[in-house]
Amino acid sequence: MLTSQFLLLGAILFCIGVYGVIARKNAVLVLMSIELILNSVNINLLAFALRNGSADGHTFALYIIAVAAAEVGVGLAMVLLIYRNRRSIGLDDLSEMRG
Amino acid sequence: MIAVELLAAQNIGFVILSVAMIVAALRVVTTSNVVHAALWLVVVLSGAAAQYVLLAAEFVAVTQVLVYIGAVMVLFLFGTMLTRARIGTERDLNNSYRLLGIPVAGLLFAAMAIAIVSSFGDEQLPNEPRVIGVSEISDQIFGPYLLPFWALSFVLLAAIIGAIVLARKD
Repeated sequence: MLTSQFLLLGAILFCIGVYGVIARKNAVLVLMSIELILNSVNINLLAFALRNGSADGHTFALYIIAVAAAEVGVGLAMVLLIYRNRRSIGLDDLSEMRG
Repeated sequence: MIAVELLAAQNIGFVILSVAMIVAALRVVTTSNVVHAALWLVVVLSGAAAQYVLLAAEFVAVTQVLVYIGAVMVLFLFGTMLTRARIGTERDLNNSYRLLGIPVAGLLFAAMAIAIVSSFGDEQLPNEPRVIGVSEISDQIFGPYLLPFWALSFVLLAAIIGAIVLARKD
Protein backbone atom coordinates (compact mmCIF):
# COMPACT_ATOMS: atom_id res chain seq x y z
CA MET A 1 0.00 0.00 0.00
CA LEU A 2 1.19 3.46 -0.82
CA THR A 3 1.12 6.28 1.69
CA SER A 4 -0.32 8.65 -0.87
CA GLN A 5 -3.38 6.54 -1.68
CA PHE A 6 -4.78 7.08 1.80
CA LEU A 7 -3.81 10.74 1.78
CA LEU A 8 -5.51 11.23 -1.58
CA LEU A 9 -8.66 9.52 -0.31
CA GLY A 10 -8.61 11.87 2.66
CA ALA A 11 -8.15 14.85 0.34
CA ILE A 12 -11.08 13.78 -1.85
CA LEU A 13 -13.39 13.37 1.15
CA PHE A 14 -12.20 16.70 2.57
CA CYS A 15 -13.01 18.52 -0.67
CA ILE A 16 -16.44 16.88 -0.93
CA GLY A 17 -17.09 18.04 2.63
CA VAL A 18 -15.96 21.59 1.81
CA TYR A 19 -18.27 21.60 -1.19
CA GLY A 20 -21.12 20.46 1.06
CA VAL A 21 -20.45 23.23 3.58
CA ILE A 22 -20.48 25.83 0.81
CA ALA A 23 -23.42 24.49 -1.19
CA ARG A 24 -25.88 23.36 1.44
CA LYS A 25 -28.44 25.61 3.04
CA ASN A 26 -29.98 23.22 5.53
CA ALA A 27 -28.07 23.39 8.84
CA VAL A 28 -28.29 19.64 9.50
CA LEU A 29 -26.73 18.91 6.12
CA VAL A 30 -23.92 21.37 6.84
CA LEU A 31 -23.19 19.48 10.06
CA MET A 32 -23.07 16.23 8.07
CA SER A 33 -20.55 17.78 5.69
CA ILE A 34 -18.44 18.79 8.68
CA GLU A 35 -18.49 15.15 9.79
CA LEU A 36 -17.12 14.20 6.36
CA ILE A 37 -14.26 16.67 6.82
CA LEU A 38 -13.42 15.34 10.30
CA ASN A 39 -13.39 11.76 9.03
CA SER A 40 -11.00 12.59 6.24
CA VAL A 41 -8.66 14.10 8.81
CA ASN A 42 -8.84 10.89 10.83
CA ILE A 43 -7.89 8.82 7.79
CA ASN A 44 -4.83 11.03 7.30
CA LEU A 45 -3.82 10.76 10.96
CA LEU A 46 -4.06 6.96 10.97
CA ALA A 47 -2.15 6.69 7.69
CA PHE A 48 0.70 8.67 9.23
CA ALA A 49 0.48 6.60 12.42
CA LEU A 50 1.01 3.46 10.33
CA ARG A 51 3.78 5.07 8.33
CA ASN A 52 5.70 6.21 11.40
CA GLY A 53 4.85 3.23 13.60
CA SER A 54 3.66 5.53 16.35
CA ALA A 55 0.60 5.55 18.61
CA ASP A 56 0.24 9.33 18.54
CA GLY A 57 -2.00 9.26 15.47
CA HIS A 58 -4.37 6.82 17.14
CA THR A 59 -4.60 9.07 20.20
CA PHE A 60 -5.33 12.15 18.12
CA ALA A 61 -7.94 10.24 16.09
CA LEU A 62 -9.74 9.23 19.28
CA TYR A 63 -9.67 12.83 20.53
CA ILE A 64 -11.07 14.03 17.22
CA ILE A 65 -13.92 11.51 17.43
CA ALA A 66 -14.77 12.73 20.94
CA VAL A 67 -14.67 16.41 19.93
CA ALA A 68 -16.82 15.65 16.87
CA ALA A 69 -19.43 13.97 19.05
CA ALA A 70 -19.53 17.01 21.36
CA GLU A 71 -19.72 19.33 18.36
CA VAL A 72 -22.67 17.45 16.87
CA GLY A 73 -24.49 17.52 20.20
CA VAL A 74 -24.15 21.27 20.64
CA GLY A 75 -24.71 21.94 16.94
CA LEU A 76 -27.96 20.02 16.81
CA ALA A 77 -29.16 21.67 20.03
CA MET A 78 -28.53 25.05 18.41
CA VAL A 79 -30.30 23.97 15.22
CA LEU A 80 -33.24 22.82 17.31
CA LEU A 81 -33.37 26.15 19.13
CA ILE A 82 -33.22 28.11 15.87
CA TYR A 83 -35.96 25.94 14.42
CA ARG A 84 -38.11 26.49 17.47
CA ASN A 85 -37.73 30.25 17.28
CA ARG A 86 -37.99 30.74 13.54
CA ARG A 87 -39.63 27.62 12.06
CA SER A 88 -36.78 27.33 9.59
CA ILE A 89 -33.20 26.06 9.59
CA GLY A 90 -32.13 27.67 6.33
CA LEU A 91 -28.77 29.29 6.96
CA ASP A 92 -29.55 32.07 4.47
CA ASP A 93 -32.35 33.29 6.71
CA LEU A 94 -29.99 33.98 9.62
CA SER A 95 -28.71 37.38 8.63
CA GLU A 96 -29.08 39.46 11.82
CA MET A 97 -25.31 39.56 12.35
CA ARG A 98 -24.64 41.01 8.90
CA GLY A 99 -22.87 44.32 9.38
CA MET B 1 4.50 -14.96 -2.30
CA ILE B 2 1.98 -14.80 0.50
CA ALA B 3 3.01 -11.23 1.18
CA VAL B 4 2.39 -10.31 -2.44
CA GLU B 5 -1.07 -11.87 -2.37
CA LEU B 6 -1.88 -10.08 0.88
CA LEU B 7 -0.74 -6.80 -0.64
CA ALA B 8 -2.94 -7.36 -3.68
CA ALA B 9 -5.91 -8.18 -1.45
CA GLN B 10 -5.28 -5.02 0.58
CA ASN B 11 -5.17 -2.91 -2.55
CA ILE B 12 -8.35 -4.44 -3.97
CA GLY B 13 -10.10 -3.87 -0.66
CA PHE B 14 -8.86 -0.30 -0.57
CA VAL B 15 -10.14 0.43 -4.08
CA ILE B 16 -13.58 -1.07 -3.43
CA LEU B 17 -13.95 0.78 -0.13
CA SER B 18 -12.71 4.05 -1.57
CA VAL B 19 -15.10 3.97 -4.52
CA ALA B 20 -18.02 3.21 -2.20
CA MET B 21 -16.99 6.00 0.18
CA ILE B 22 -16.55 8.61 -2.54
CA VAL B 23 -19.87 7.75 -4.21
CA ALA B 24 -21.65 7.84 -0.85
CA ALA B 25 -19.97 11.14 0.11
CA LEU B 26 -21.08 12.70 -3.18
CA ARG B 27 -24.61 11.52 -2.49
CA VAL B 28 -24.45 13.08 0.99
CA VAL B 29 -23.73 16.50 -0.48
CA THR B 30 -26.05 16.22 -3.48
CA THR B 31 -29.14 14.28 -2.40
CA SER B 32 -32.37 16.18 -1.94
CA ASN B 33 -33.62 14.15 1.02
CA VAL B 34 -32.16 14.78 4.47
CA VAL B 35 -32.84 11.26 5.75
CA HIS B 36 -31.19 9.76 2.66
CA ALA B 37 -28.19 12.01 3.29
CA ALA B 38 -27.94 10.63 6.84
CA LEU B 39 -28.08 7.06 5.55
CA TRP B 40 -25.43 7.74 2.89
CA LEU B 41 -23.32 9.23 5.67
CA VAL B 42 -23.58 5.86 7.45
CA VAL B 43 -22.00 4.26 4.35
CA VAL B 44 -19.14 6.78 4.42
CA LEU B 45 -18.54 6.26 8.14
CA SER B 46 -18.59 2.46 7.84
CA GLY B 47 -16.16 2.67 4.95
CA ALA B 48 -13.92 4.87 7.06
CA ALA B 49 -14.04 2.29 9.87
CA ALA B 50 -13.00 -0.40 7.37
CA GLN B 51 -10.16 1.82 6.16
CA TYR B 52 -9.02 2.16 9.77
CA VAL B 53 -8.86 -1.63 10.02
CA LEU B 54 -6.84 -1.64 6.81
CA LEU B 55 -4.52 0.88 8.49
CA ALA B 56 -4.05 -1.48 11.47
CA ALA B 57 -6.05 0.71 13.87
CA GLU B 58 -8.64 -1.69 15.23
CA PHE B 59 -9.43 0.24 18.39
CA VAL B 60 -10.14 3.46 16.51
CA ALA B 61 -12.29 1.49 14.06
CA VAL B 62 -14.40 0.05 16.87
CA THR B 63 -14.71 3.49 18.47
CA GLN B 64 -15.76 4.91 15.11
CA VAL B 65 -18.56 2.34 14.80
CA LEU B 66 -19.71 2.89 18.39
CA VAL B 67 -19.56 6.67 18.51
CA TYR B 68 -20.30 7.72 14.94
CA ILE B 69 -22.60 5.05 13.57
CA GLY B 70 -24.15 4.33 16.95
CA ALA B 71 -24.54 7.72 18.58
CA VAL B 72 -23.93 10.54 16.11
CA MET B 73 -26.21 9.09 13.45
CA VAL B 74 -29.02 8.73 15.97
CA LEU B 75 -28.49 12.38 16.87
CA PHE B 76 -28.68 13.35 13.21
CA LEU B 77 -31.85 11.38 12.64
CA PHE B 78 -33.41 12.93 15.75
CA GLY B 79 -32.34 16.37 14.60
CA THR B 80 -33.91 15.73 11.22
CA MET B 81 -37.13 14.52 12.73
CA LEU B 82 -37.40 17.37 15.22
CA THR B 83 -36.69 20.15 12.75
CA ARG B 84 -38.93 19.19 9.89
CA ALA B 85 -42.59 18.52 9.56
CA ARG B 86 -42.40 16.06 6.71
CA ILE B 87 -39.75 13.55 5.77
CA GLY B 88 -39.21 13.39 2.06
CA THR B 89 -37.71 15.07 -0.94
CA GLU B 90 -37.21 18.76 -0.60
CA ARG B 91 -36.06 21.20 -3.22
CA ASP B 92 -34.80 24.03 -1.06
CA LEU B 93 -31.69 22.41 0.40
CA ASN B 94 -28.98 24.16 -1.59
CA ASN B 95 -28.15 27.83 -1.47
CA SER B 96 -27.20 30.21 -4.23
CA TYR B 97 -23.45 29.66 -3.76
CA ARG B 98 -23.77 26.12 -4.98
CA LEU B 99 -21.94 26.68 -8.27
CA LEU B 100 -19.19 28.56 -6.45
CA GLY B 101 -18.53 25.44 -4.37
CA ILE B 102 -17.41 23.31 -7.31
CA PRO B 103 -14.38 25.40 -8.34
CA VAL B 104 -13.45 25.99 -4.69
CA ALA B 105 -13.46 22.28 -3.89
CA GLY B 106 -11.74 21.44 -7.18
CA LEU B 107 -8.93 23.95 -6.65
CA LEU B 108 -8.50 22.81 -3.05
CA PHE B 109 -8.24 19.20 -4.18
CA ALA B 110 -5.78 20.09 -6.95
CA ALA B 111 -3.53 21.91 -4.47
CA MET B 112 -3.66 19.06 -1.96
CA ALA B 113 -3.11 16.39 -4.62
CA ILE B 114 -0.05 18.19 -5.99
CA ALA B 115 1.35 18.55 -2.46
CA ILE B 116 0.67 14.91 -1.55
CA VAL B 117 2.04 13.42 -4.76
CA SER B 118 5.13 15.60 -4.78
CA SER B 119 6.01 14.85 -1.16
CA PHE B 120 5.02 11.19 -0.87
CA GLY B 121 4.91 10.00 -4.48
CA ASP B 122 5.18 6.22 -4.49
CA GLU B 123 6.42 5.76 -0.94
CA GLN B 124 5.28 2.40 0.45
CA LEU B 125 3.69 1.94 3.82
CA PRO B 126 5.61 -0.58 5.94
CA ASN B 127 4.68 -4.15 5.01
CA GLU B 128 5.13 -5.48 8.53
CA PRO B 129 3.73 -2.62 10.60
CA ARG B 130 4.33 -2.35 14.31
CA VAL B 131 1.14 -3.52 15.99
CA ILE B 132 -0.24 -0.79 18.24
CA GLY B 133 -2.47 -2.31 20.89
CA VAL B 134 -5.02 -0.74 23.16
CA SER B 135 -2.55 -0.73 26.07
CA GLU B 136 -0.15 1.45 24.12
CA ILE B 137 -2.93 3.89 23.20
CA SER B 138 -4.00 4.10 26.84
CA ASP B 139 -0.38 4.68 27.88
CA GLN B 140 -0.38 7.60 25.45
CA ILE B 141 -3.69 9.03 26.62
CA PHE B 142 -2.89 8.81 30.33
CA GLY B 143 0.77 9.67 29.89
CA PRO B 144 2.00 12.46 27.63
CA TYR B 145 -1.50 13.43 26.46
CA LEU B 146 -3.14 13.63 29.88
CA LEU B 147 -3.67 17.39 29.75
CA PRO B 148 -5.58 17.29 26.44
CA PHE B 149 -7.58 14.43 27.90
CA TRP B 150 -8.63 16.62 30.82
CA ALA B 151 -9.47 19.45 28.47
CA LEU B 152 -11.52 17.04 26.39
CA SER B 153 -13.41 15.92 29.50
CA PHE B 154 -14.33 19.54 30.19
CA VAL B 155 -15.34 20.03 26.56
CA LEU B 156 -17.65 17.03 26.76
CA LEU B 157 -19.10 18.19 30.07
CA ALA B 158 -19.68 21.67 28.69
CA ALA B 159 -21.24 20.20 25.56
CA ILE B 160 -23.64 18.05 27.57
CA ILE B 161 -24.69 20.93 29.81
CA GLY B 162 -24.87 23.33 26.87
CA ALA B 163 -27.01 20.97 24.82
CA ILE B 164 -29.43 20.53 27.72
CA VAL B 165 -29.61 24.26 28.40
CA LEU B 166 -30.12 25.10 24.72
CA ALA B 167 -32.70 22.45 23.99
CA ARG B 168 -34.69 22.85 27.20
CA LYS B 169 -38.14 24.37 27.00
CA ASP B 170 -38.80 26.96 29.67
